[in-house]
Amino acid sequence: MFPLTSTSSTRPEFEEQLLPLAERLSRALVAPAFDAEEGRAVGAALVAAHCTDPEALSRSLDCVDAYLVLYCGGDGDAEALRSRSARLQHAMAAGYAQALRERTLGEQEAIAQAALRAQGVVAQALHASEARFRAVFEGAAIGIGIADLDGNILQVNGALVRMFGGSEQALRGRNVKDWTHAEDAPQVWRLYEELVRGDREHYHVEKAFYRPDGTVLWTNLTVSLLRDPDGRPQYQLALMEDTTERRLLNLRLRYEATHDALTGLPNRTLFFERLEKALGAGEGQRFGLCYLDLDGFKTINDSLGHAAGDRLLVEVADRLQSCATAPGEMVARLGGDEFVALTTGPDTQREVDELASRIMHALLAPVRIDGRELTVRGSIGIVEGPAGERSAAEVLRSADITMYRAKSAGGNRFELADPEADARAITRHGLTTALPAALDRGEFFIEYQPLVHLGDGSVRGAEALVRWLHPQHGVLGPDRFIPLAEHTGLIVPLGRWVLEQSVRQARSWRERNADAGPFRINVNLSPCQLTHPGLVQDTVDILERAGVEPDALCLEVTESALIGADDDLLKPLRRLAEMGVDIALDDFGTGYSNLANLRRLPVSILKLDRSFTQSMQQFPADPVDLKIVEGIVSLAHSLDLAVTVEGVETGAQAEQLRILGCDTAQGWYYARPGPPERLHELALVDATG
Amino acid sequence: MERPAWAPRSIDISVPSVSRIYDYYLGGSHNFEVDREAARKALEFMPGLPKIMQANRAFMRRAVRFAIGEGITQFLDIGSGIPTFGNVHEIAQSARPGARVVYVDHDPVAVAHSQAVLAGNADADVVAADLRKPQDILSSPQVERLIDLNRPVALLLVAILHFVEDEDDPYGAVAELRDALAPGSLLLLTHASYEGIPLPPGRAEGAVDVYRDIRNPLIMRSRDEIARFFEGYEMVEPGLVPMPRWRPETAPEDEDPFAFSGFAGVGRTA
Repeated sequence: MFPLTSTSSTRPEFEEQLLPLAERLSRALVAPAFDAEEGRAVGAALVAAHCTDPEALSRSLDCVDAYLVLYCGGDGDAEALRSRSARLQHAMAAGYAQALRERTLGEQEAIAQAALRAQGVVAQALHASEARFRAVFEGAAIGIGIADLDGNILQVNGALVRMFGGSEQALRGRNVKDWTHAEDAPQVWRLYEELVRGDREHYHVEKAFYRPDGTVLWTNLTVSLLRDPDGRPQYQLALMEDTTERRLLNLRLRYEATHDALTGLPNRTLFFERLEKALGAGEGQRFGLCYLDLDGFKTINDSLGHAAGDRLLVEVADRLQSCATAPGEMVARLGGDEFVALTTGPDTQREVDELASRIMHALLAPVRIDGRELTVRGSIGIVEGPAGERSAAEVLRSADITMYRAKSAGGNRFELADPEADARAITRHGLTTALPAALDRGEFFIEYQPLVHLGDGSVRGAEALVRWLHPQHGVLGPDRFIPLAEHTGLIVPLGRWVLEQSVRQARSWRERNADAGPFRINVNLSPCQLTHPGLVQDTVDILERAGVEPDALCLEVTESALIGADDDLLKPLRRLAEMGVDIALDDFGTGYSNLANLRRLPVSILKLDRSFTQSMQQFPADPVDLKIVEGIVSLAHSLDLAVTVEGVETGAQAEQLRILGCDTAQGWYYARPGPPERLHELALVDATG
Repeated sequence: MERPAWAPRSIDISVPSVSRIYDYYLGGSHNFEVDREAARKALEFMPGLPKIMQANRAFMRRAVRFAIGEGITQFLDIGSGIPTFGNVHEIAQSARPGARVVYVDHDPVAVAHSQAVLAGNADADVVAADLRKPQDILSSPQVERLIDLNRPVALLLVAILHFVEDEDDPYGAVAELRDALAPGSLLLLTHASYEGIPLPPGRAEGAVDVYRDIRNPLIMRSRDEIARFFEGYEMVEPGLVPMPRWRPETAPEDEDPFAFSGFAGVGRTA
């Protein structure tokens, strides 16, 4: 029996289980009242002892049949014992079968229940997990939609509904393929087809949709293919992020970055983009460029104020815009009063001339601002040529030079670019960028023009005039680079350098000619230096370092720089004047001088502009000019101001001015500006002669 | 993508389960036709399989009694399967009332059945967890409730490690469990092996193939490989031996030849 059971008991333990069963059978066999039920109980007990293999029953019955009557029957009626044994065996078989059936059914029931319960647990977990996924789906900030492979939309979440602005019903039941948009990139629908075919797992595009109200929704769209457990394509899942606002913002930022805030015209950045595109165009393509600078705009700004100037620019911008409306044409504002108009295509040789004419014509009508009619004129430089030969910077440089050529020819005209003229031209841009290095490299030098006392012809001083020895262009006068230095702020270090040099020169003259009387150096101050907070301290330091008295220095300030000057601006000049530095009012008579204002200014010298003295080069001089100069001199003297005249070129002129009462003079008649040695010689001549 | 921890494991009772096959070999009816079909197929190659299972149960019975004799009253049985008869809690609690037992299995049906069997037994419980994630077992509420890890524990890994493939790092899992056990704890282990099977190797491989086909590959390891699971343990006499030779109570020579397939051993932590 033991080998047939599945028990984990040992053989002796198993024997202990079976022995009582044998005893029960033995007792039943010989019991006075026979009860076959004992056989049933023994059969069932076999099952309880884990003899579940039916072979175990067969062995047991063999054993009972062979040995029960033989060993346990005693000397009873053999026939009756055999009959009892047979009935016990029948009952054992029935008891075993019933017990095994019950055990089997019981265990089957138990395992089925367990399987059901386990599935229940899984179903519950699935439900919880689905609830979680549903919460993610519904609560997601990005739009989620699921469609079948034919494009029918099956499910959408709240975010998607909100993006489209309709109802869920309006979205569900629609077809993805209805959502074409004019701005769909060409690959959008190819990617879609690849995905639903199962050739692609996902794709990512930027896509626009029409909302039900007709507005446009821009999205970052990711579409993924969902497959069933066997890997067959089943659904498509779309995740979309609303980028409409961001896109609008980007467009606005791009617009702001590429357009001029005042006029709304494209700005320098956008113009250069377009120009570079035009220059990079293929063979046979040409470009034409008109570079416009308004004539006399600065005067309008200065006299009518910036608000009026701005309005004028806006009006000009509108007119220019109407001149360049054809495809391939554009107008841009480069800054200030500089505009460009660009035309592109194969026929620009003819078109650019027409464009320039249209622009000149558009400027003809006066502009009305604050009830005034302003006449606007402009100078245009035209560059035209084939694409692919020059860089944008080269083209613009050529246009700039050509525009200046038009301006120097009197303005209100256009000129065509000329490569030779370009090569000769000194551009403001080139000079501006070379300025800082020029100061470091010592390319500046100073020439001195003597100031002569009209009464006795003695040299009383000199005006320092800065020059730039440019490595390519030779010697440049201050009119070429001082405005640029003003513009870039380099005027402050440059002005300080000029002052230092001049003051040092003054000392050396004073040392050599100690007995020749007071000798003064005149140095020009630009408007920018005038407002620089370090002016007084710098001047004091320079004088002290050189060991020169303040009265050896005269600072020349232009009349226009002091027009409308307030006390803040005048304060540094006053302090300098109090220290003993002379202040001269340069170019007197060229601005709109307020004569009454002269009293307020801390000046001690008027420098009469050369325009007043020009007529005195002839004889007889213009009597009106004589009267004017006489009047000015008399006014100046009554205010305790000395008068210096510039541009004295003849002896007659000098004599006339002396008679009119002028105090000092400078001009070619005495000497041209020159190196300091020349002046030294002059002074010696004067002293000895 | 890995299945997140909170996603449910699916149940498919149309797939054979090793614990229900085991039950069938032990003469039980806690199984379905798919299980019996697989079991019968394996039996064609190795008719003595039920004897191996029986030897496993017999070893477990002796080893649990040995542990009780060593004073251990806490049992952690990982891979417990379907409780049929002669279960750890029956053996332990009859030898030492109040002994505590935690069963662990990753088969949800086995777990559900164990819950039914253990209903009303305050000192025994079951955890649905995987040997490959020992922390899930050690930090389960059932272990925390019933087992004091500061006192010695008998850890049963009976007929389970041969279902863990090397890439799932069974040695690491066993070491992690060992490190969580108090000194004096016991490891009770059996493992399948080609060594000792009274058949030509080709025949035994046929049975192994059946397990591979039901996606529960049976990893046969050599004695040396099995001995490595006892790293950090001191082997209890007689060491790692065929199951009937581990502290036999009757003459091993009387056992079925198939009972000598594979190895059994008990180790003690220092």
